[in-house]
Amino acid sequence: MASNGIRDRVAIVGMGCTAFGEHWDKSTADMLVESAGDAYRSAQVDPEQVDAYWLGTMGSGLSGLVLSEALKIQYKPVTHVENFCATGSEALRNACYAVACGAYDLVMAIGVEKLKDSGFSGLVVGSPAHDGARADITAPAIFSMLVPAYCKKYGVDEETLKDVISRIAWKNHANGAKNPKAQFRNEVPLEMIKASPSIAGMLGLFDCSGVADGSAAAIVCRAEDAHKYTDTPLFVKALSFVAGPSEGNKRQDYDFTTFTEVVASAEDAYKQAGITNPREEISMAEVHDCFTPTELVLLEDLGFSARGEGWKDVLDGRFDLDGPQPINPDGGLKSFGHPIGASGLRMMYEMWLQFRGEAGERQLAAPKLGLTHNLGGGPGSCVSFVSVVGK
Amino acid sequence: MAGIVRYGSYVPYFRLTRAALGRGSGERAIASYDEDAVSMGVEAAREALRSEAGSVAGVIDTLLYATTSPAYAEKLDAGIVHAACSLPAGTTALDLGGSTRAGLTSLLAGLDLASAGRRGLLVESEVVVGAPEGERERNGGDAAAAFVLGPDAQSVVVESARASRTHELLDVWRAPDERFSRQWEARFGAETLLPLLCEVATEALQRAGLQPADLATVVVDSTNARVVRGLPAALGLKPEQVADSLAGSVGRTGSAHAGLLLARALDVAKPGDRIAVLVAADGADALILEVTDRIAIGRPRHAVDDWIASSCNDVTHHAYLKWRGVLPFEPPRRPDPDRPAAPPMHRAARWKYAFEGMRCSACGKANLPPQRVCVICGAVDQMKPESFADATCRIATYAIDRLAYSLQPPVVAAIVDFDPDGRFQSELTDVDPEKVAIGDELEMTFRRYFTADSVHNYFWKARPRR
Repeated sequence: MASNGIRDRVAIVGMGCTAFGEHWDKSTADMLVESAGDAYRSAQVDPEQVDAYWLGTMGSGLSGLVLSEALKIQYKPVTHVENFCATGSEALRNACYAVACGAYDLVMAIGVEKLKDSGFSGLVVGSPAHDGARADITAPAIFSMLVPAYCKKYGVDEETLKDVISRIAWKNHANGAKNPKAQFRNEVPLEMIKASPSIAGMLGLFDCSGVADGSAAAIVCRAEDAHKYTDTPLFVKALSFVAGPSEGNKRQDYDFTTFTEVVASAEDAYKQAGITNPREEISMAEVHDCFTPTELVLLEDLGFSARGEGWKDVLDGRFDLDGPQPINPDGGLKSFGHPIGASGLRMMYEMWLQFRGEAGERQLAAPKLGLTHNLGGGPGSCVSFVSVVGK
Repeated sequence: MAGIVRYGSYVPYFRLTRAALGRGSGERAIASYDEDAVSMGVEAAREALRSEAGSVAGVIDTLLYATTSPAYAEKLDAGIVHAACSLPAGTTALDLGGSTRAGLTSLLAGLDLASAGRRGLLVESEVVVGAPEGERERNGGDAAAAFVLGPDAQSVVVESARASRTHELLDVWRAPDERFSRQWEARFGAETLLPLLCEVATEALQRAGLQPADLATVVVDSTNARVVRGLPAALGLKPEQVADSLAGSVGRTGSAHAGLLLARALDVAKPGDRIAVLVAADGADALILEVTDRIAIGRPRHAVDDWIASSCNDVTHHAYLKWRGVLPFEPPRRPDPDRPAAPPMHRAARWKYAFEGMRCSACGKANLPPQRVCVICGAVDQMKPESFADATCRIATYAIDRLAYSLQPPVVAAIVDFDPDGRFQSELTDVDPEKVAIGDELEMTFRRYFTADSVHNYFWKARPRR
């Protein structure tokens, strides 16, 4: 079982990322042109050199034409990828495999999402014709189910847990304040976070990621070619993707304090990368902080904290930018919002900057291995992506 | 002859106080935002069908559904009741209405069918929506009653006699495309209807060989309150013989009202008791019944007074008007709900309407919703259907959703674990969001989720045990 992995066989040699935010003045095509252009320039390649494309978008268009028409790609393969909120990461993963298997020499993975044109608040996902036999609740409510379950299992009182998740929001906003591409660039006082109006259960406004437009892109080649394009390529150590059987809502042994899919994909990724102690070996991580309790549970699922101990590590500042294991140094979904197709590649963009020493105020000292994690769905029923990258 | 084999009632959880309406005392029962006459009728029918010995649904061959507040002008409401109650495929089903008289006349027709050897389920249900600030809004009520009809030997109460009068009269009227009924001056209606009701009562008593004084309980209902008030004296009844009209706690529940009051009488009736049911609306009908010694084993889980006691009157007039679709309001910044599609509903009918999941024959574990491949053991196509509609369940974890749009925010959802196994993510209803906790016991209830493109979307929710 599990995957063979492509450790150190492909490298990212160029990346681009738009600012994330409410881009009333930019279309999906505009953002694609921007992030792709930045990526071409970053890798110092002409569009003609790129052999194939993977476009990740969940709702901003169908088919590869969304990209080929925007960029005027000249009769080359463009694959449209969708995998819920992990769409951007999934585009990158498939692009990496195409290079690793030798089918292409140079490819681009690009993600985009235009969320702010709908006029609706929150995320809107269309669905196929259905039987109406379901209870639709919103994303914050789905993830808020982690809170009572976590409190009960580990005997954490609600007030303490509110402190924990508020601190996660505070940390990510503090990081985002140092990031010129973030949607929200202000530090938010803890008291304001804790006092924000309830959206779902214990989750206040500041426990939820924002809604933004954005795009990010990566250019990928075989590892042996990487230095043709840049002196500081980012090597892929592991790529893992897992879709669960959607059983957490159907069987009573699932307890809503973990994402089983994340545990499985982390295990796979660590095996590929040869990691045995992620708490010590991973220097920094971008994780899917769609809601603050998600980040708390991910810390345990990814092995950064022991089971039931994540909340203490958060309060101890372990995951702060100046802590021993910074989580979401770029500000995360909290500061960037979550343009679905773009988020996974935006996470990778932070790895790109950090390993090249280009992260400005957020620059970490000599990171060894970085991790990005993306999930789509909710507790009990989700897809999960984990990558490990490094020099 | 024939009788009532089993009976059930349903009064929704919410009440609107007349103080909130600015006039009068007491309160009226109101269907919640996710209920209509069909869903309430299903709840009453489940009460009537369910017994200690299991469900009697399998013997029903005729379904009568009476209401003046149908869900559809064209499409069989009884078909939805039939599906939700898992009645046999061979059932003849019909919708009846047109007048609040339909409740009692349907019972008369159902008894005739039972005499002819049929086994009927009669469901009476009503959501009374009056024009804002009017008498009907204040004094109407929402409730349902249901009766399983069969042979004497199985009945908790048998028919002794009956009488009817049909009389053309402009009393209460409403055109098909109108929302609110209107009524002629009550003094006029009473002048005609009260004598008619006395006539049928007297005639039925004569046929039964009884005097008014022989009646243990008299249920009186009419579109006209003066008739209800005037009948006891006109017939020479003592006050203690007359069933409480529930005006202060429920309101008049249209075509379900006589049935609801009859159910309440049966809740306390003793073998040998004679009960008269008298209704005046577009004419008059009288039915005299005799309680048998089977009454002790024929009662439903909830007495009418249990339903009445289980209530919440923390509802504003404003909220009520939104629930009933009377008051336009600013829509949320969210897409309108997507109407369910006919083929998927058809394929999933046993699940959607009867809450029938599956149990894997290979490992013995529950699968909700129905699966081809067992979620526990992976066996393919080894499933046997099993209803979870009457199963009790507990909250594993929950969410209070203040972002989701609802006519009664916040939306409460929970991961619900059934006894002994099976799990389902369910919306909760009739629930106080402040009091939801892991481990809370719940029961399933049939509801109308929303209406889109005039398609009513029915499915189940969980509620705290009532």
